[in-house]
Amino acid sequence: MKPRVLVVDDDQSLAEMLGIVLRADGFDPAFVPDGSRALAAFRDVKPDIVLLDLMLPGASGIDVCRSIRAESGTPIIMLTAKTDTVDVVLGLESGADDYVVKPFKPKELTARMRARLRRYDDAGGETLTIGPPDSPVSIDVPAHQVVRDGQQISLTPLEFDLLVALARKPRQVFTREVLLEQVWGYRHAADTRLVNVHVQRLRSKVERDPERPEVVLTVRGVGYKAGPP
Amino acid sequence: MLRGWRRSRSYWRRSLQLRVAASTAAVTGIVVLLIGLFLVSQIGSGVLKAKRDAAIAQATSGHDSAVSEFSGISPGDLNGIQQAVDQITAGPNVTGATTTDLYAKAVLSVDDAVNSQLPGQPAIPHSLRTKVRQGNLTVQYARVHTAAGDSPGLIVGQPLSTSAGSFELYYLFPLTAEQSTLNLVRQTVLVAGLALVLLVAVIATLVTRWVVLPVRAAAQTAGRLAGGDLSQRLPVSGEDDIAALGTAFNDMANSLQQQIRRLEKLSRLQQRFTSDVSHELRTPLTTIRMAGELLFAGRADFAPELARSAELLQNELDRFESLLAELLEISRYDAGVAALETEQVDVVGIVERAVAASESLARRHQIALEAVTGAEPVLAELDARRVERVLRNLIGNALDHAEGKPVQVRLGYDKNTVAISVRDYGIGLRPGEAALVFNRFWRGDPSRSRLTGGTGLGLAISLEDARLHNGWLQAWGERGKGAVFRLTLPRKAGGTVTESPLPLAPTPESEVRS
Repeated sequence: MKPRVLVVDDDQSLAEMLGIVLRADGFDPAFVPDGSRALAAFRDVKPDIVLLDLMLPGASGIDVCRSIRAESGTPIIMLTAKTDTVDVVLGLESGADDYVVKPFKPKELTARMRARLRRYDDAGGETLTIGPPDSPVSIDVPAHQVVRDGQQISLTPLEFDLLVALARKPRQVFTREVLLEQVWGYRHAADTRLVNVHVQRLRSKVERDPERPEVVLTVRGVGYKAGPP
Repeated sequence: MLRGWRRSRSYWRRSLQLRVAASTAAVTGIVVLLIGLFLVSQIGSGVLKAKRDAAIAQATSGHDSAVSEFSGISPGDLNGIQQAVDQITAGPNVTGATTTDLYAKAVLSVDDAVNSQLPGQPAIPHSLRTKVRQGNLTVQYARVHTAAGDSPGLIVGQPLSTSAGSFELYYLFPLTAEQSTLNLVRQTVLVAGLALVLLVAVIATLVTRWVVLPVRAAAQTAGRLAGGDLSQRLPVSGEDDIAALGTAFNDMANSLQQQIRRLEKLSRLQQRFTSDVSHELRTPLTTIRMAGELLFAGRADFAPELARSAELLQNELDRFESLLAELLEISRYDAGVAALETEQVDVVGIVERAVAASESLARRHQIALEAVTGAEPVLAELDARRVERVLRNLIGNALDHAEGKPVQVRLGYDKNTVAISVRDYGIGLRPGEAALVFNRFWRGDPSRSRLTGGTGLGLAISLEDARLHNGWLQAWGERGKGAVFRLTLPRKAGGTVTESPLPLAPTPESEVRS
């Protein structure tokens, strides 16, 4: 079955061109040109992935991103013409999983999309446990469930992947570049801000106090690792 | 001790108030001292003159009665003389003058043999007696012995010619009263002078305070303004000079604030414009790019002309894209929004990456690209992305102009700076061109074809990147001998460069391969 893509972009030519490229690459695209109708279209189409232009008439891309993220963990890739840190970080903090800077090459875009759609092979039925012994975080990988203190924590697929990547090798320190490759599927050095922002988002969900993390630890000057089980 | 001295010295230098008060008090002190001395001496001489006049009058009037006491006494009649002397010294003192302050009288013979027979006479200074013996009425200040002890006094001496021979008549006046009057005057003047000096010091302190406090407030406000708080103003009251200062200061601050706000607004507009243009251009470019990719991917099915067109479209799109990116980068510098993201990095690694990125291009054109770096890592606080971009630009530029000859990249460093030079042995630069190469869109020889398809903005951006690091980017070149571009950067973020560890113009020993 072809992955369904919702393209939220006000530029008709770009949308049409994206349609051509996406269909040629084996996706099933749907289009909405207007931010205010994006959420309704999202509920209607139930896409596997969303391509979202940051500058939209109606509601801004940031708002659309937030409202989609509020009800679903569906991967969102931002299309942005802005490369300044503020704009990128704002987009990521509002819930986007990844971003592609215009003008992008079609192959680059589809590679990003496939990386987001590719799931960990759930074979093995493993359950991982990390974090402090008095309040561990247990991850049921095939069921996509994360539980701490008896509470189920709802993570987006990306946050889940990030947590699983760290939890599978609890003693290993992951550099941001390695995480970019393993979780986002970048083969070349890319924007490490992606990692920073998503680690913050993940911490805000799994940590008791995000200011003093126990589950996802920062190793200064190197990267991140999972807290000891 | 020394520290206390230094502290008070520095306080002295810093406090205008202290200096004004102290110097005013010092000047007042000197003037008051002079006036006091003058007053005391005037009063003293006045008092003494009156006393002296009275004393002379009294002594003169006593002369005749003293002569009459000796009448009928022969020179040898010691008893008579003794009686007369007793009479004079004990008798009613004077006629017609106040006698209250006359202490004693003395009668002495010019003949010391006679004097030895006249007991109980007060001592008279020798110098006075000499003058009196010469026949003059003489006045002299001298200490007189009284029952209460020594005290300053005035002695009036006059010759006394009598039937019993020549005598000297002395009137002794104590000056105790005058002395105490003068003491009182001195004390009064001293106290009044000190009080005056103190008063002047206090007034000077208060007056300077009125002036200094607003000045201090102005200085503090100016400091906060300079620190970026543009809303700082001086409180102004009244219409005096201080208020005028305050008003002028506030006007200045207002106009500064307006100017800065205007510039900020312009800068924001510029940024906004850049950002908007960026978006507006990038969206259609994305569509064109994707269309171009599709055409390029399908070019095998096209007629040869169409296929070549698709290739040209693809190549020029790459160039257009990098030109757009560089224009945006330059406009970011112009708007002053380019920010360094420095971290501790190994410069050797940056050089190696930049060289590796250009290696395939160099190989394609059979240019020997060689990097000379030490084995040791060279750590520096840099924005690695920008430095690598500068090096790629410099290497690309060198390859463009190398004409098949080798290109060398050297790394040099000392304690504070790190330098990277890129040397080629190609066409070089004409005199004066070394300054022009960093101009935007400058081309030395427009007819030359380029290997890298450079945009003409690369060196301009590199120069801005170097400046952002507080570093240098310089060029040397000679026609036919090639060119050197040297980047020198401080190893600490925020540091400065005073000299470069690598030479700019090639020296004989650096020309190992010429």
